[in-house]
Amino acid sequence: MRPLDALAEVCGDVRPGAPEEGVLGVVPGLVAAPATAAEAAGVMRVAAEHGLAVVPRGAETRLDWGTPPDRCDLLVDTHRLARIVEHASGDLVVTAEAGLALDELAAALAARGQRLALDRPLPGSTVGGTIAAAAAGPLRLLYGSPRDLVIGLTVVRADGEVARSGGKVVKNVAGYDLGRLFCGSSGTLGLIVEATFRLHPVPAAHAYVTCPVTGAAQAHEAVQSLLHSPIAPSAIEVLAPTPPSCTVGVLLEGVPEGVTARTAQATALLGPDAQVCEEPPEGWGLYPDGTTLLDVTAPPTSLTHLLTEIGADALTATWSAIGRGYVGLPAETAPDKAAAIIAGLREGLARHRGSAVVCYAPADVRAAIDFWGPVPAAKLMRQVKDQFDPGHRLSPGRFVGGI
Amino acid sequence: MSEGLARLAGRFGRLLGPDSVITDPVRLRTYECDGLTSHRASPGLVVLPDTAEQIAQIVRDCAAAGVPYVARGSGTGLSGGALPRTDGVLIVTSRMRRILEIDIPNRRAVVEPGVINLDVTRAVRADGYHFAPDPSSQQICSVGGNVAENSGGAHCLKYGFTAHHVLSCEVVTPDGEIVELAADGPGYDLLGVFVGAEGTLGIATKITVRLTRSPEAVRTLLAAFGSIEAGGGAVSAIIGAGVLPAAIEMMDALSIEAAEAAVRCEYPPGAGAVLIVELDGPESEVAHQFAEVERLCRDAGAFEIRVAADDAERALIWTGRKSAFAAMGRISPAYLVQDGVIPRTSLPRVLASIDALSAASGVRVANVFHAGDGNLHPLVLFDDAEPGAAERAEEVSGKILDLCIEHGGSITGEHGVGVDKSRYMPRMFTETDLDTMQMVRCGFDPAGLCNPGKVFPTPRLCGEVPGVRKGPHPYEGKADLF
Ligand SMILES: Cc1cc2nc3c(=O)[nH]c(=O)nc-3n(C[C@H](O)[C@H](O)[C@H](O)COP(=O)(O)OP(=O)(O)OC[C@H]3O[C@@H](n4cnc5c(N)ncnc54)[C@H](O)[C@@H]3O)c2cc1C
Ligand SMILES: Cc1cc2nc3c(=O)[nH]c(=O)nc-3n(C[C@H](O)[C@H](O)[C@H](O)COP(=O)(O)OP(=O)(O)OC[C@H]3O[C@@H](n4cnc5c(N)ncnc54)[C@H](O)[C@@H]3O)c2cc1C
Repeated sequence: MRPLDALAEVCGDVRPGAPEEGVLGVVPGLVAAPATAAEAAGVMRVAAEHGLAVVPRGAETRLDWGTPPDRCDLLVDTHRLARIVEHASGDLVVTAEAGLALDELAAALAARGQRLALDRPLPGSTVGGTIAAAAAGPLRLLYGSPRDLVIGLTVVRADGEVARSGGKVVKNVAGYDLGRLFCGSSGTLGLIVEATFRLHPVPAAHAYVTCPVTGAAQAHEAVQSLLHSPIAPSAIEVLAPTPPSCTVGVLLEGVPEGVTARTAQATALLGPDAQVCEEPPEGWGLYPDGTTLLDVTAPPTSLTHLLTEIGADALTATWSAIGRGYVGLPAETAPDKAAAIIAGLREGLARHRGSAVVCYAPADVRAAIDFWGPVPAAKLMRQVKDQFDPGHRLSPGRFVGGI
Repeated sequence: MSEGLARLAGRFGRLLGPDSVITDPVRLRTYECDGLTSHRASPGLVVLPDTAEQIAQIVRDCAAAGVPYVARGSGTGLSGGALPRTDGVLIVTSRMRRILEIDIPNRRAVVEPGVINLDVTRAVRADGYHFAPDPSSQQICSVGGNVAENSGGAHCLKYGFTAHHVLSCEVVTPDGEIVELAADGPGYDLLGVFVGAEGTLGIATKITVRLTRSPEAVRTLLAAFGSIEAGGGAVSAIIGAGVLPAAIEMMDALSIEAAEAAVRCEYPPGAGAVLIVELDGPESEVAHQFAEVERLCRDAGAFEIRVAADDAERALIWTGRKSAFAAMGRISPAYLVQDGVIPRTSLPRVLASIDALSAASGVRVANVFHAGDGNLHPLVLFDDAEPGAAERAEEVSGKILDLCIEHGGSITGEHGVGVDKSRYMPRMFTETDLDTMQMVRCGFDPAGLCNPGKVFPTPRLCGEVPGVRKGPHPYEGKADLF
């Protein structure tokens, strides 16, 4: 039987791929959109039987991240897996299918005064895509990233078997935590079909306090004063569209009386230029401009270096005080120049135990750069990958070290 | 001692110096169990290394000889995770207790695996920081053990578990290589799965922990209720109001009685349940929320509320709770500590079922729990002098886990699976689930020598990956390598 027919037997929505559905130019042979976990398992089983290379697709907001797949015989689209399975509001826990948009999830949770404490990266982005990308924004300072909020995960393995880890309770140390392993796995270990998250109450009040600063040293000082203060910020961001001058912003959340008092404290720490507002400052939680984007692990003490270095090359940046940021390279950056900038950043950050990974870049830049930089445990990663996907059919070539 | 082990003892003696290798049967017995004393096995050999390089060499030698090895920190684990192998090597980290770096500007510290949990906090307290995971054993347990067990404490309701407070680990892999696993950085989050793997994926030799800003204000109250149901109602009301306390702990009448006998904590007489609620954070937040918590407790039927006026009074409130386990000795000759989790909202139903179980079997059960996150610690009481009593207690204890699973919970919230609960794993997970977890195991440790026999009821044969042949069967010919 042809793969298309075999897939049609197990899944209600199967068709040939269209050219515009290419993943970084690699056009999928087929597209299947399973509507249930069982259908998803069927699809993956057929893919295994036919040796098809599979790439999962959420809302496609970041399908152009990473490197192009070596092959893409089948795109598994999760948009029909979009139910909220259970919202146990009394337990502050929700279980949702992988294709559900985070905005929709947020709306449903907000109706009961709760939230998944992850910034919603881009409109439409899905539960599965966000986990697979380990995507997080400014709130990560207080709440962490998907790895800290996923408490249970259901995946379909490369061989079509359905496996679950974790559960529906926040406190749980039974067995290995595959949820954390799948965070950031970019579709290379299995297809995520369902996830359970820990939730938080929506705070009654919030405020942003922002302050423009002119140099790297002042930015560093402002961040340090906020970071070590007892005002318990939910986020501290440095927005640098034209570094080294930048805006330092802090988000405070809590009860109205508390937020008022803490806002005054933050204002005092940031000085006379500080402003208080209810809306986030421009660029908050967004990527910096540019056609090449870097995800940098940059501990607080590297901020001065980071801002000076990127300022010298007229790059743009946003940075979270948890020690993670994004740097954008403008479209006109020549490939060899990009390679030099990236190498320089890596060298500087390594002194602070940081690193830089390229998220996306134009094809000519991709060809000139080392996309991932040094990968400390590459051999172990390959050994784990070989166990989950011995045939190397899941998003092949999309990840570190050729994984 | 087998010839293989004797040979290893000789090698390790030359590598580490004779003082760091224990072969004397009497001294070996010191290490025969962890905090779960019902499982005992004298290790074949104990080594006390000083450095990661030494551990790497030990692991390589064990691998070459096909000899299993187990890491041990302070040996306070409650699931037999550090139970040694009579045919293997026990690698004890008690000489690796240096705090290597304190980096306040970056809010992190680098420590060796044997460092005692509380010592991290002691080292940074003056800077206004602490290490958030606070297991009750924090005065003696090691950070390496915390990493392996993903330990939490009373305050993990708000601050999370060890997994949330470890930024990276230097690890000796079962291949005998030293690698760095980090939460940030390129590639898979191998650190995420290493934490909580109970020492089955390698040995942590250096740990970078996150330091947490100590709160400006801490306020604690004790509320007494007529019944567990009323106390449970207060917990739901607090959480439902959007308050996230640092800790909410509950004790039932039997555990209050024991604590009273042991430490005279003077909890309100006649209480069917007491609740300890602690809030922390910025002064302005805490003041407001604390008033609300008091009101919610009163509305839920609290007949007495005591508010700690200072640190000494706070310590007094916590005394009863902290001594609850040890205090059981006052009311029962022996007891089992269970550790199960249920969704918080099932608390009243599950506690009623435990009562029924206790009544039907005649086995007394005292309940102490982290009520905020539904982590129950039922203490199953029995008289070890009475024939069959231990077995009956064991049975009741097992049935409590079944109740947890039935209600969508877990068989362990913090003590781990170890050897104690591996047989319960198939009740919570399917064969495929367990097989999938073990794919990670096979990726790290195909020969299955790193803390074997823990966590999983049956090992996966790592060579049998469908479609891939990887040389000889991993267990083949191991016996005659030496
Ligand atoms: C502030 C901010 C921070 C962000 N941080 C990051 C970051 O750190 N890293 C990052 O990569 N992205 C980051 N993003 C972008 C983010 O990844 C995307 O916006 C979005 O979350 C991806 O969801 P999607 O549904 O569009 O997935 P897609 O774009 O469709 O897919 C994204 C990736 O996930 C895989 N995938 C999708 N669904 C599944 C599934 N069900 N099972 C397995 N794999 C699947 C895909 O194959 C692909 O590799 C960030 C965005 C913002 C605004
Ligand atoms: C009175 C008492 C109260 C307790 N309270 C709590 C509590 O509130 N919360 C809680 O979570 N736990 C609690 N525990 C359990 C125990 O203290 C924790 O699990 C602790 O983290 C174990 O640390 P340890 O150093 O004693 O580890 P050990 O018991 O020595 O070892 C535990 C496991 O870790 C592995 N291991 C040890 N070191 C390493 C290493 N360097 N690398 C890899 N693996 C390693 C061992 O192989 C073993 O599997 C309590 C125990 C007692 C006795």
